[in-house]
Amino acid sequence: MSIIETRDLSFVYGIDTPFEKRAVNNVNIKIEQGEFIGIMGHTGSGKSTFVQMLNGLIKPTSGQVLLNGKDIWENPKEIRKVRFQVGMVFQYPEYQLFEETVYKDISFGPKNMGLTDSEIDKRVRDAARFVDLSGELLFKSPFDLSGGEKRRAAIAGVLAMDPDVLILDEPTAGLDPMGRDILLSQICQYHKQRKNTVLLVSHSMEDIARVSDKIMVMNKSNLEMFDKTKNVFSQNKHLEEIGLRVPQITKIMASLNEKGYDFSEGILTVEQAFAEILTKLNKEGKLW
Amino acid sequence: MEFITAENVTFYYENDDEQQNSIIKNAIDGVSLEVKKGEFIALLGHNGCGKSTMAKHFNAMLLPQGGSVYVDGIDTKTEGKTFDIRKQVGLVLQNPDNQLVASIVEEDVAFGPENLGIPPKKIRERVDNALKAVDMYEYRKHAPYKLSGGQKQRIAIAGIIAMEPDCIVLDEPTAMLDPKGRDEVLKAIQKLNKENNITIILITHYMDEAVLADRVIVMDKGKILTQGKPREVFSQVHLLKKHRLDVPQATELAYKLKCSGVKIDKMPLTDEECVEMLEGILK
Amino acid sequence: MVRDVTLGQYLPGNSLIHRMDARAKIVLLISFIVMIFCAFNFVSLALTAAVTILIVISSGIPLKMYLKSLKVIIFIVVITSVLNLFYGTGDPLWQWGFLKITWSGISRAIFVTIRIICLILATSALTFTTSPTNLTDALERLMKPLKVFHIKVHEIAMMMTIALRFIPTLLEETDKIMQAQKARGADMDSGNIIQRIKALIPVLIPLFVSSFRRAYELAMAMECRCYQGGEGRTKMKVLHMSAIDYIMIALMAVVLAGVIFCNIFFWELV
Repeated sequence: MSIIETRDLSFVYGIDTPFEKRAVNNVNIKIEQGEFIGIMGHTGSGKSTFVQMLNGLIKPTSGQVLLNGKDIWENPKEIRKVRFQVGMVFQYPEYQLFEETVYKDISFGPKNMGLTDSEIDKRVRDAARFVDLSGELLFKSPFDLSGGEKRRAAIAGVLAMDPDVLILDEPTAGLDPMGRDILLSQICQYHKQRKNTVLLVSHSMEDIARVSDKIMVMNKSNLEMFDKTKNVFSQNKHLEEIGLRVPQITKIMASLNEKGYDFSEGILTVEQAFAEILTKLNKEGKLW
Repeated sequence: MEFITAENVTFYYENDDEQQNSIIKNAIDGVSLEVKKGEFIALLGHNGCGKSTMAKHFNAMLLPQGGSVYVDGIDTKTEGKTFDIRKQVGLVLQNPDNQLVASIVEEDVAFGPENLGIPPKKIRERVDNALKAVDMYEYRKHAPYKLSGGQKQRIAIAGIIAMEPDCIVLDEPTAMLDPKGRDEVLKAIQKLNKENNITIILITHYMDEAVLADRVIVMDKGKILTQGKPREVFSQVHLLKKHRLDVPQATELAYKLKCSGVKIDKMPLTDEECVEMLEGILK
Repeated sequence: MVRDVTLGQYLPGNSLIHRMDARAKIVLLISFIVMIFCAFNFVSLALTAAVTILIVISSGIPLKMYLKSLKVIIFIVVITSVLNLFYGTGDPLWQWGFLKITWSGISRAIFVTIRIICLILATSALTFTTSPTNLTDALERLMKPLKVFHIKVHEIAMMMTIALRFIPTLLEETDKIMQAQKARGADMDSGNIIQRIKALIPVLIPLFVSSFRRAYELAMAMECRCYQGGEGRTKMKVLHMSAIDYIMIALMAVVLAGVIFCNIFFWELV
């Protein structure tokens, strides 16, 4: 059974008014337990609305979201429980920090879940460890942290709910390359240890290429592609048609193949490209 | 001719927090640099390396604690010259939402010239020209909050252009934008540099943006780490990687090949250059 | 959603009212409000309603937009008219316990409803047809005599400009923060009043913090754009009273006199 399945999922803004706008159109998708999914699509493609329907922040106007095979809106009063199972980190999450200390802020979610104090304490410390916030930082005011630390504290606030599915909407937006690298590897680490499902929305093709197993591409409210990362990035032309790019390295290797070389399709990282070129040079004896 | 000159500039933020003192974030520690008229400069570095602090020195928003900054020959510390300097060197900030003052695009663009006391008819001309320069003329009657991030940022740039500055400093103008918005803003910046001959100082941490500049200056911990033409700077893959800065993937691949003994004469920066180089060695 | 507010929205156009001077429009609106409350009988009320319809038509704004702004206050209209309905004196037409409906109650209810609707429509016509900068600029000019009392007229006008500019931004931000806290299990839709107010803290604190950040950045951006207060500032759009404005003001004076005359002449129609 898929952990998340959507059936003809649609959302229309301002239904029955002259301002009617279809944001998500009949999306059918199955996400398996433990997968790392990258979600791409330009602004206004419907990806934000889509992910907010997965944890019941937006109620679909038609269609269903199944979590472990059960419709999340079966009992609307229980929708808060769904939000604990499907954790959502919004863009610029540091702007939602509000408590006196980082510790208290991270415990906001677990507290809302009604956990015991000792369980809350354990979860806060676990979550803080994942994002590398050390002991003394936990008792500072969140507003005294640096930009990157604030971001990590806010993400810990969602991790502390220990969700089965974690959705991150552009978690690295606005960070510098170092901050971006650190955060991405922390997310990967978390995914590896917890073996839970992660959905990462990002505009950075390089980031998505690095971490995801599968990619879902949204275009004009529709699900355009949903396939293994390699297969999606092999479709260079198709992606460019809908205004998306592929990582620079993928593009370079694809244009070499167009000129008659036979490298693998959908090369995603510099390491991969380097290895293939080196093998080829060695085989042909061009590398002394 | 040098338009902006910084001589051994130092600046430290006062910080009461004892823990922060050891780190000294955002400080500048003896930076000297020159910017020529019409040049396009990219200022690169991590958050907290001092590049934003440096930006605020170029238009007298901050005055150096040690050393001096000269804009068109005038020391920024000269009393009574502050607003002349700000008129010549415009500063565009990161978050477009927080720099627009008025609820209608054209009225916002008019804000700067209005502050300068320009006659109404002239303001109209300047506003129209500025909006045309960033391709936002058709949106002149719109409300900013309904526009996309890239459009808002171009309005902010138009607001500076309307003051007819010689130089525009942009402090991470694309950090909050999506790829489409980034492209729009970069195109606008390049156009202003080429067609209107405006000096550009672009502060960024995106390497693909820095590649477009005439000269790249890399800052780290309040000092200049290295500078030169993009190709020269990005060829120093080892140095940049050591400071955990990005290099274009094309350059990184070439560097790896070079390290394993492949002969590479010219380090590639773009896709095309890299494909050409690879074809050369695979032939 | 909080975003659907039309209040204070400006819709560019080129109608007669769009072209009028903002100062004239403010003066006209004030005298129109006086007129609404001077209309004591059905003849003068009909005259007021007719003027309102004329304003709405000549503004060139789609009726849909006016209806939208009425929608926001429909609740207030219904409550006040129902209250007035039971407030009349005289012979009851219908009675249930202490509640009774009389002819005078019905007429009061109709009066109040029409008055509120006229008021909202005329105010909307002003904000729909006047750009916020022009509006605050006009207020600045009209309030200029207050400078004698050391009131910082320019600063007040600038504050209003900025407030109008940031209302939509902050509404959107409130929405975002609410969604983010809901995602962490915040419960904002149930509980008693005290619980609900408590549930707002996680929304209000981030909103305050971000407003301060925005204010700081805006101040810096304004300084970068050479803002030094009202001294020596010019305006791109210069307010200019033309013949239309004087004619309109004259017309309004005539209509206002008409309303007062109706009140006296048809006094028995109250």
